[in-house]
Amino acid sequence: MKFGVVVFPGSNCDHDAFYAIGNILHKQVEFIWHQSQDLANCDAIILPGGFSYGDYLRTGAIARFSPVMKSVEKFAKSGGMALGICNGFQTLCEAGLLPGAMMRNSGLRFICRHVNIRVEQTDTPFTNAARKGQVLKVPIAHSDGNYTADEATLAELEKNHQILFRYTTPNGSDDAAGNPNGSMHNIAGICNRERNVAGLMPHPERAMESALDSADGLVIFKSMVEALVGAAKATA
Amino acid sequence: MATAATEIKVTPEIAAEHGVTAEEYARIQKILGRDPNITELGIFSVMWSEHCSYKSSKVHLKRLPTRGKLVVQGPGENAGVVDIGDGLVAAFKIESHNHPSYVEPFQGATTGVGGILRDIFTMGARPIAVLDSLRFGSITTEGDVDARFTNATKTDPVTIAANRRILDGVIRGVGHYGNCFGVPTVGGEVGFEPCYSQNPLVNALALGIARKEEIFLAKAKGIGNPVIYVGAKTGRDGIHGASLLASAEFTEESQQKRPNVQVGDPFVEKLLLEACLEAMRTGAVVAIQDMGAAGLTCSTVEMASRGGTGIEIDLAKVPQRETGMTPYEIMLSESQERMLLVAEKGREREVLDVFKKWGLDAVVVGTVTAGGLAVVKNHGAVAAQIPAHPLAEEGPVYNRPLAAPASRAESEKDWFRFAPEGSNLAENFKKLLASPTIASKRWITEQYDTSVRTNTLAGPGASDAAIVRIKESEKNGVMRGLALATDGNGRWCQLNPRVGAMHAVAEAARNVATSGARPIAATNCLNFGSPEKPEVMWQFSQAIDGIGEACTALGTPITGGNVSFYNETLGKSIYPTPVIGILGILDDASKALKVAFRNAGDIIILLDAADSSSGLDARREFSSSEYSKTIGGIVAGEPPAIDLAAEKRLIDCLVALAAAGSAQSAHDISDGGLAVTLAESCFAANGLGASAAFNENSSAEYALFSERGARAIVSASPTNLAAVLATARQYNVNAIELGNVTREAALRIELKGHAAIDSPLDVVRDAWANSLERTLVTR
Repeated sequence: MKFGVVVFPGSNCDHDAFYAIGNILHKQVEFIWHQSQDLANCDAIILPGGFSYGDYLRTGAIARFSPVMKSVEKFAKSGGMALGICNGFQTLCEAGLLPGAMMRNSGLRFICRHVNIRVEQTDTPFTNAARKGQVLKVPIAHSDGNYTADEATLAELEKNHQILFRYTTPNGSDDAAGNPNGSMHNIAGICNRERNVAGLMPHPERAMESALDSADGLVIFKSMVEALVGAAKATA
Repeated sequence: MATAATEIKVTPEIAAEHGVTAEEYARIQKILGRDPNITELGIFSVMWSEHCSYKSSKVHLKRLPTRGKLVVQGPGENAGVVDIGDGLVAAFKIESHNHPSYVEPFQGATTGVGGILRDIFTMGARPIAVLDSLRFGSITTEGDVDARFTNATKTDPVTIAANRRILDGVIRGVGHYGNCFGVPTVGGEVGFEPCYSQNPLVNALALGIARKEEIFLAKAKGIGNPVIYVGAKTGRDGIHGASLLASAEFTEESQQKRPNVQVGDPFVEKLLLEACLEAMRTGAVVAIQDMGAAGLTCSTVEMASRGGTGIEIDLAKVPQRETGMTPYEIMLSESQERMLLVAEKGREREVLDVFKKWGLDAVVVGTVTAGGLAVVKNHGAVAAQIPAHPLAEEGPVYNRPLAAPASRAESEKDWFRFAPEGSNLAENFKKLLASPTIASKRWITEQYDTSVRTNTLAGPGASDAAIVRIKESEKNGVMRGLALATDGNGRWCQLNPRVGAMHAVAEAARNVATSGARPIAATNCLNFGSPEKPEVMWQFSQAIDGIGEACTALGTPITGGNVSFYNETLGKSIYPTPVIGILGILDDASKALKVAFRNAGDIIILLDAADSSSGLDARREFSSSEYSKTIGGIVAGEPPAIDLAAEKRLIDCLVALAAAGSAQSAHDISDGGLAVTLAESCFAANGLGASAAFNENSSAEYALFSERGARAIVSASPTNLAAVLATARQYNVNAIELGNVTREAALRIELKGHAAIDSPLDVVRDAWANSLERTLVTR
């Protein structure tokens, strides 16, 4: 089992994702340079947070054209597991691997704090170790996390159970009080219809140890590990 | 000033326009043996500017203690370096970016952060934390009292609006740079005084980590080695930032200095960081220096001077953002995100390849030469030729006249009058909690990424110092932690610069110790008015004495920093504001102490290391407090007397308590006094309250709100109480049991048997938690 963490110029949560997988989950992990089209036989790809290409033009708008993204698209379309965190989520939306787009936060300011997100679906490789309705405490750190899509897309997402995480209050209510950035339907994270590509704005890789105030992000990475173990068994 | 072509004939008048005095001009002629050309004059003017040369401060800075057994690199390099054990070192430094932040708040603040980050990774250290010490003019008329004038008028609404706008730009700028670069902004402080209208203070501190043997210095070495320019292209921005912006006071026309402000790009800096660290790992880099103030001029000349070599560069090779730039402009540009490095001859390819990989310009622009001359060519023709060492090291040094300001006629009438016993203090307490300096800064700090790099054990407000862990130090599951705090009370320094400066050191050190870390070293940012005023130089000299004395007593040598003079507008100087940053080590990061109370039933203990009779009249001392300013509208008297030996005892006691793990929480007593300290420990605890009672033979207001030093509040479980008391005794610190942490969310403080404060927590919390946002956000 091997994870790959993509490094775009301007990625700055690449080391954190690497540490979370390598030092906390003790799984094999390597960096994949944005100019490479070789995914090094990784079984799961992480697009990390940061300001890829300085977030110039729009968040993720330039990153999606980088050479590595051609391979990531191919990998995803053939069923490979890919998770975009924060800037990685924005990039997956720009690349069309996930629907919707991210607008500036409704308060028009960068926000960094712990938020609560509720697990909506557990039949995905990113959430299979979680309980449905489980409320996770995970930090956000972004200016552009206001998830936006047209009515039809939102209806599709709801119908196909593609919404994996919603912002909530600490007790799990998905009202305006729990929504930090104005995201439609309180969406914090979604997956594609095939359920092998997911993105979320909060940073689970920053919530892996109680010493850092929360270990709730572990469940997302553990889910991925379990899914990969399951997939390996299936092919064996 | 018009940008000038090389052909312009230099006259003493042109020299004067560059801020070069007649004597300095004569010295230039003597060094060169001829008249300088315009490019050379430009080079001398920036190198000898106050900002770059420290010509007015040098004679005083010598009095600071700079040695210590953990100090690897003291002042004089890009940053101070201290040994933190296990073969690791920490590089840290604080620097000001005050004037640019007034002229253009967003860009001024971003480039302030960018500059200090470059100083850190130039040393080969990866930045892991940033703190910002910020001061703004009044953003509300509450507590808007100016200690500089007896009959000061209140700040007018236009200025208040401007101050809010400056704050907003600075906060966004600080946040933007760190957030994009990927370094957590973990702490610092924000203060408000009317004297900072039109002259905000933006002091940024950065901390980095490296292996001891991997530290890089900025010394050009090896005759014939190539000199490589890397990073962003050079443009016309920031020309004369150091000389005309940073080394002159503000007038009505200051807004016209906007072109002197640099523009930052944190994305390029992030690339530069990764590329520089990777290039350093090739082993082909001999020396490296960032281009900050005075840009290419300062980096070339200082590298050559420190290395005892010469240097020759050709400007035609310098990557340029604009066409038609003159040598004068290229040499004086302060375009950001640039570095100059010296590579080993024959291995330049390895270095250039790394920068190419990261998409950055990297060009060999010259060579290290013998003979000590700095030669600047443009398309082969000599544009400037100056002996490097005299230019860098033999600049003017001034021992400027000092004069204590005429002491303000002060009588008891000017002092705070304590309310009679039995008065209702609840309203005043709420007002105090809502005052901008004391109120929660959450609205500000949430705009900073505080958790990137996953090392932040205590971000803003969680502990008295910011705490980051060092993953590289892990041994058997135990990691070391570093704690950092900045402090500086300008109002106290205005009233007594020596004592005020000592308090700045003591409070920063106490904050570090309250987090459980052992204070080991300091960095300072000295913000003052015009050195040409004898009263300002007196304040400066007094402050240096205070810092020196306190740093010596507390064992925290100064390892670097900067001096920012000319902080004045229309002839009025700011309060003298030395800001001290102190670094501490936690041998086991998991033992860090935080502000929040932990469990209902825990005992609340006041640690008081000082003899409670300070010798000063209580009213006189109290008149300098936050309470006196906010509630009484009075700023007068003296800062509380300071007892450095007591501070040291308290520090040692707190460090011992943390190491033993016997305390549950710790919070020092500072702005707003004991009552505010207790309230903050409740607010951080989310749902717990406190009930405290004590007998102090003084007025209620003094007992609750005095800011006397060498005190802290700790809490301990009933089983650990005896251990805490024993530790306090061991360090000769008085320990007084005040009461308990309560399940009921209320704050109750009883004095001599009467409830002085008794309030549901929600009521006081709202004042503290939301007042800043209510003041600053108009919806």
